[in-house]
Amino acid sequence: MPPPLQAHRMLLSHRRASPIPRRRFTAVSSLSSAPAKTLAPGPPASSILSIRESLLSGERTAADITSEYLSRLRRTEPSLRSFIHVAAAAAEREAEELDRRIASGGRDAVGPLAGVLVGVKDNLCTASMPSTGGSRILDGFQPAYDATAVRRLREAGAIVVGKTNLDEFGMGSTTEGSGFQVTTNPWDDSRVPGGSSGGSASAVSARQCVVSLGSDTGGSVRQPASFCGVVGLKPTYGRVSRFGLMAYASSLDVVGCFGSSVFDTATILSVIAGHDKMDSTSSSHDVPDYRSDLASLSLLESKPLNNVRIGIIQETLGEGVDAGVISSIRSAASHLEQLGSVVEEVSMPSFSLGLPAYYILASSEASSNLSRYDGIRYGQQVSADDLNEMYGDSRANGLGHEVKMRILMGTYALSAGYYDAYYKRAQQVRTLVKKSFEEALGKYDILISPAAPSAAYKIGEKTNDPLAMYAGDIMTVNVNMAGLPALVVPCGFVEGGSAGLPVGLQMIGSPFSEGKLLRVGHIFEQTLPDLSFVPPLLADD
Amino acid sequence: MALTLLRGIRTPTLLRANFSLLCTTQRHPLAHFTTRAESVQTTEPKAVPKSIQQATKEAAEQKIQGFESVIGIETHVQLSTITKAFCSCPNNYGSQPNSTVCPTCMGHPGTLPVLNAKVVECAVKMSLALNCKISMTSKFDRKQYFYPDLPKGYQISQFDIPIAEKGYLDVDIPVEFGGGHRRFGVTRVHMEEDAGKLLHSESGSYSQVDLNRAGVPLLEIVSEPDMRSGIEAAEYGAEIQRLVRYLGVGNGNMDEGSLRCDVNVSVRPIGQSEFGTKVEIKNMNSFSAISRAIDYEISRQILLYKESQADQIVQETRLWDESSQKTFTMRKKEGLADYRYFPEPDLPEVVLTGEYIDEIRNLMPELPEAKRRRYENIGLSMQDVIFLANDDKVAHFFDSTLEHGTDAKLAANWIMGDITAYLKDEKLSIDESKLTPLELSEMIAYIKNGTISGKIAKEIVVDLIAKGGTVKSVIEEKDLVQIADPAAIEAMVDQVLTDNPKQLEQYRAGKTKLQGYFAGQVMKASKGKASPVLLNKILGEKLKGSC
Repeated sequence: MPPPLQAHRMLLSHRRASPIPRRRFTAVSSLSSAPAKTLAPGPPASSILSIRESLLSGERTAADITSEYLSRLRRTEPSLRSFIHVAAAAAEREAEELDRRIASGGRDAVGPLAGVLVGVKDNLCTASMPSTGGSRILDGFQPAYDATAVRRLREAGAIVVGKTNLDEFGMGSTTEGSGFQVTTNPWDDSRVPGGSSGGSASAVSARQCVVSLGSDTGGSVRQPASFCGVVGLKPTYGRVSRFGLMAYASSLDVVGCFGSSVFDTATILSVIAGHDKMDSTSSSHDVPDYRSDLASLSLLESKPLNNVRIGIIQETLGEGVDAGVISSIRSAASHLEQLGSVVEEVSMPSFSLGLPAYYILASSEASSNLSRYDGIRYGQQVSADDLNEMYGDSRANGLGHEVKMRILMGTYALSAGYYDAYYKRAQQVRTLVKKSFEEALGKYDILISPAAPSAAYKIGEKTNDPLAMYAGDIMTVNVNMAGLPALVVPCGFVEGGSAGLPVGLQMIGSPFSEGKLLRVGHIFEQTLPDLSFVPPLLADD
Repeated sequence: MALTLLRGIRTPTLLRANFSLLCTTQRHPLAHFTTRAESVQTTEPKAVPKSIQQATKEAAEQKIQGFESVIGIETHVQLSTITKAFCSCPNNYGSQPNSTVCPTCMGHPGTLPVLNAKVVECAVKMSLALNCKISMTSKFDRKQYFYPDLPKGYQISQFDIPIAEKGYLDVDIPVEFGGGHRRFGVTRVHMEEDAGKLLHSESGSYSQVDLNRAGVPLLEIVSEPDMRSGIEAAEYGAEIQRLVRYLGVGNGNMDEGSLRCDVNVSVRPIGQSEFGTKVEIKNMNSFSAISRAIDYEISRQILLYKESQADQIVQETRLWDESSQKTFTMRKKEGLADYRYFPEPDLPEVVLTGEYIDEIRNLMPELPEAKRRRYENIGLSMQDVIFLANDDKVAHFFDSTLEHGTDAKLAANWIMGDITAYLKDEKLSIDESKLTPLELSEMIAYIKNGTISGKIAKEIVVDLIAKGGTVKSVIEEKDLVQIADPAAIEAMVDQVLTDNPKQLEQYRAGKTKLQGYFAGQVMKASKGKASPVLLNKILGEKLKGSC
């Protein structure tokens, strides 16, 4: 068995040199203080591809790869707490089973994700593991079925290594709202990983698993991707089945994914996307092989983004946005320009309207979706003398603070006499937001913005100020309101922690333009000079 | 898993301690699972008990005394689709508790509804039958309340854009209730899902939830407040049941809860334009119960008016109690229930096309109202019309018989008389009878041409219902051909007169009533086969001649 160091190098090694001349982004003030960039320089390679290659060539066994990830998981988990449930033994068993199949010559039967360890956000149902949604009310609950996205991953050969931590039912932006534990950021354990898919982002960032599934209702994949320096994709609404995703706000929820490279993210999307007869809101739109457009770097022309029109959303680079974040995004924009695209500023005046409307709609739907957690058929029940008391006590006891607040807000917004002023009004704003995106995306192929107004902040910093936390979602919620796809790719660093804190670039496209986003994201990522998004936590590897 | 499914609510004295709780949760129909004292519904006008007639009369009298009642009905019709409305669980009545359930209809985390297309088809059929305006685009909404039989904490229903609106229903009031034609407005028809059932332990110490019914498709049909008496309301309900059965969208069985009527009743002094305070009545398990409950409630309210206690008529839900024949307060409404309706985000809009609706319209059977008008036009009495059109199977049998050229009145008499009587005794429905419409028409033809007598036919018909076969074979097999040979009859008459000299003597002495006795004796001698017409003619002549 190769020593961990070697294994790790293989995992993160870059096999090709960039034909694009490297350029330092001096605009990023913190660059000089970010040692990570020198740790493992070069564009991220696909971990999925290298696993596949080493398995098929016989260079490594699945058991070997699994044990490498599991040992890293064991080492990092005490400080990260990314997982609510780790299925180490099952993962090892599945890996051994896969090795037997490969050994007996069944290589053709080896799925595209064979031996790939996946972390699954705990609000996605898994038949073989508990699924809590991060809520105490579902403590010990084990679903009767696998979510469609999980099932498709398993069918492609992936090994689910565990269930990742989240803000309870996806409600939060820090993962501090979990009913079980607080996950830390691999770049700085005093900081939040973002949320609500904080566990999934942190786990991929720390290479506790290869890729992971998350869910994104208002930015829950993109913001933690930005905070943890990984690639995060929020697909078009309906692109991935929501069946098995514990509903937070049904009209906004999408299942998304995380990877350490755009290629890995594209691979996961290719597997999980597509119509599902169990979800009437899932789309029948064709699912292309999202990897096929991701040309290897050596094949790229010098100006690969020629003819790509990019709009940088003015309203996302103004007041309230961290200066370091703004400069990272501006550098990213100029990098995109260097690659041949035309980048212009575009104004979307309705941008700031989206946030309050989002919180009304999401809370309204949540107040309804969470009614089923009543302790009667499953989950935690508190005994009481009458039915109302039983409902009240079970929910008071099982649900967390933030969840209760949103249920109350949503119940209020849907109440007779308030519906028109809140819910209906918010729906009208939603239509406005949709229209303004349609307009902007009529002119530009892609819109860019930060994924969050700041990099990861300190644990506890915003726990007593929910409005400040909500404000952090300004960059992402509009995209959910419009149902559009968006990809977040790490693009730079700001000062903070021991190695700087990553910043993500958000790229927004028209419905079902994931292919385009992934292609641009891939070219961007592969040509981004001298930045490595491997957290300092792994420096010992 | 099974443990989870079958887990009851481990709360002591749930229902008893919480009767008041049901008031505040404003649970929709509690009556869904309460006792079913009376299981046989009486849609058949002839079988309506006397008490209704009495009650109707009383109600009518009270109306004369200066009041009128206003009645509206909400009807829930369970659709007999193969699977449930939003999941693929079987839609079966009477299965073991929690045996036809899945994560979706149990409201498990992450599950999503997928609309059964058959539900839309049934809704469109029923809406067309109710002469409604169909919405080409309608949507589903969530109606939210907490109750242990409601797994998701909301019911998927339709709120502001139902699948159909603004229809009407034509009804013929049975002759015994004064007869007449009525048209009642239908406000709306919408699709929704049923809730589960609570099973309360005998000790009252715990309750269990059975979710087999959760997710079963329902149509809710809301009437305009157009009814004025119990019998009108009962007839409206019965006509909906007929439509459901004619269209085959459900079984319409009230005793299984497949058809449920909630009634709103108010009274007002004649001449007053605004409605009085309305009271909702539930728990009526037959149309006659509906009629009696309404008439009781009307009397109760009028009495309060007359005693100047009209302020005691409050907006409330009352339950009909079959044993005492009275309504009792179930819960008082504390203002309007707030169900916090909002559009169901898990389901796309229901968009229909003109072709889809036309296709359904073209496949619609003839409906009871059209049948009644047709039967009326062929000269049947209103009593016959209502009887024949009441049951689509009977109507179909009747129509098929007519197709063979049989006289309508004769066919109606046979069907309503001997055939119905026999089937009723044997507890069979007409489609379980082995008698075919063709054979009935043959039999009527044999009577008409004199081959068999009507009396013989009464025996034959029973045979045919029970065993089938052709009239011809039964006649031949049993040698039942009518004796129409005058010589043969004459011989028999002579024999009878010879054998009964005493009676003949008496006849001659003026006791002419004895002609019937002789006729009976001849008939007996002929084993019933003698042609009654010929027999009477010959016997008459002989007796006259002998005098």
